Amino acid sequence: MRRSIERHWYAYAMVAPVVVVLAVLVLYPLAQGVWFTLTDINESTIANPVLDRPATYSFVGLRNYLNVLSGDPSFGSFWSTLLRTIIWTGSCVVLTYGVGLGLALLLNRPMRARALYRVLLILPWAVPVFISAFAWKFMFNSQFGVINQVLGAFGLGQPVWLGQTDLALVAVVIVNVWVGVPFMMLALLGGLQSIPADLYEAAEVDGATPWQRFRDITLPGLRSVSSTVVLLGIIWTFNMFPVIYLVTGPAANPNTRILVTYAFERFFSGASRDYAVASTYGVLILSVLLVFAAFYRRALRRQEAFA
Amino acid sequence: MTIESLPIQVQAARVSLRGKRSMGRSVALHATLTVASLIAVFPVFWVLVTSFKPDARAVAPTIRLFDESSLANYRDVLSGQQGDFLAWVLNSVEIALLTTLIAVFLSATTGYAVSRFRFPGSRKLLLSFLIAQMFPFAVLIVPLFNVLLSLGLQGTGIGLVLVYCTTSVPFCTYMLKGYFDTIPTDIDESGRVDGLSPFGVFWRLVLPLARPGLAVTAFYAFLTAWGEVAFASAFLSASDESKTLAVGLQVFVQQNRVEWGHLAAASILVSIPAVAVFYLVQRFLVTGLAAGAVKG
Repeated sequence: MRRSIERHWYAYAMVAPVVVVLAVLVLYPLAQGVWFTLTDINESTIANPVLDRPATYSFVGLRNYLNVLSGDPSFGSFWSTLLRTIIWTGSCVVLTYGVGLGLALLLNRPMRARALYRVLLILPWAVPVFISAFAWKFMFNSQFGVINQVLGAFGLGQPVWLGQTDLALVAVVIVNVWVGVPFMMLALLGGLQSIPADLYEAAEVDGATPWQRFRDITLPGLRSVSSTVVLLGIIWTFNMFPVIYLVTGPAANPNTRILVTYAFERFFSGASRDYAVASTYGVLILSVLLVFAAFYRRALRRQEAFA
Repeated sequence: MTIESLPIQVQAARVSLRGKRSMGRSVALHATLTVASLIAVFPVFWVLVTSFKPDARAVAPTIRLFDESSLANYRDVLSGQQGDFLAWVLNSVEIALLTTLIAVFLSATTGYAVSRFRFPGSRKLLLSFLIAQMFPFAVLIVPLFNVLLSLGLQGTGIGLVLVYCTTSVPFCTYMLKGYFDTIPTDIDESGRVDGLSPFGVFWRLVLPLARPGLAVTAFYAFLTAWGEVAFASAFLSASDESKTLAVGLQVFVQQNRVEWGHLAAASILVSIPAVAVFYLVQRFLVTGLAAGAVKG
């Protein structure tokens, strides 16, 4: 008994700093953020110690939520932006996972220059995202960008990639997949290496085809890694700000607007910085993700019960 | 690395069982990987090529590898002609290193406690780290701005370090917890038998064994801080010498004209430390990430 109390004491001492940091910098701001959504706070009503100005914002009830959820274009057309965010997240995660898994399978076998391929393939992860975004913005330029010059050389036309069309969304998806593949590839490669080789040998002895081996050994063996990285991928992509902001910005492009970039627009680049609407978007994003994660976990548990 | 070489030996055994790959399949394998590697490297290569061209030639309508190429862009950027580049570098280094130190220290102790001790609330704590990943900065950006204002830290690097820790600490804890799980608890117990305190066990036995996991964590924290755009754009004051690189480089991208040559040169200079850090830790990446993701 005394031993267990002693153990807990050490555990709490080791956990305490993180709990304090998270409480001060996540929980408290979160509570305040939720409160802000019920007010009309903006740049002129927030308290500003520098100017020695007290806060003058006031409680407005659910007005912000009603405005946003009505789908009014002057509040960011919530529903169509949500739909675009889901399309963006879905296509990014499916493509990133697919390409990452394919490359991991190719890399997970002995061959010449394996280490070299691995180093080259994870380069996109090593480069800071804002640099990658500039590089792709440069390459996507419709007049002098290298992509259109190559397309033009093959007579395939020279589309305006980053204009006010849905092509801009395709372009940012390409960039985000390029940025995201190395993480998926490495995580899945690690998962592949943890699958015991004797499973494959036994399957081969039993005469299983490569496809059967992939379906019945590789995929189940990857399930715990996959469920984690797919969930993280969905959360990160849903909230992915820099790729869209830097590739299609600085002026906001309505064709690549997702929930997060619109929240930033309201916070940062609007005429009057509307903190209340930005926070409302933040709370709505968080709610969508929480509901999704709850369903995701439940679906996983059910799948495990059947397996 | 013993952990890394083990699967390779296992695979060698597997292949000998299956026999040699046919010539055609081998060509297809290498062709696919070569194309993928080219796609991965090309944007960086293209920035490198562009960084030597004058701004006017960078946007020339015909592609050339070399076009009046020189080191002039690098000289301009480093001499501060286009904004105080060296100050941005110093700010970014300072912020990224501080974030890394704090994040690794905090997440190592917490990850170890959650991995080893079944104390009341440990499961809830882990779950809250996962949920913390879901917080869009949009919900925190205004209140954090408010907190920093009232602490007098708005526009300072320390304020940003605190903000970055909120995003990197939960994820790093999650990864390190998974890594500590793979270290046998026998080691802890034998340490205790030899008279070490729990802190001693953690510090002297487990931490050295967890170096691959720590490397991944440090790498993650460093790169998060080094490349963060949203908070840095919103929180740092407009004065040139307080900017980080991610904010400063936007100077080259104005609405109407972009100085592509200079931007490319600055980008290459920024990428060098990130890529260097990356290659120092990349051999640990597969083992560290796998442990975190599998067991997490």
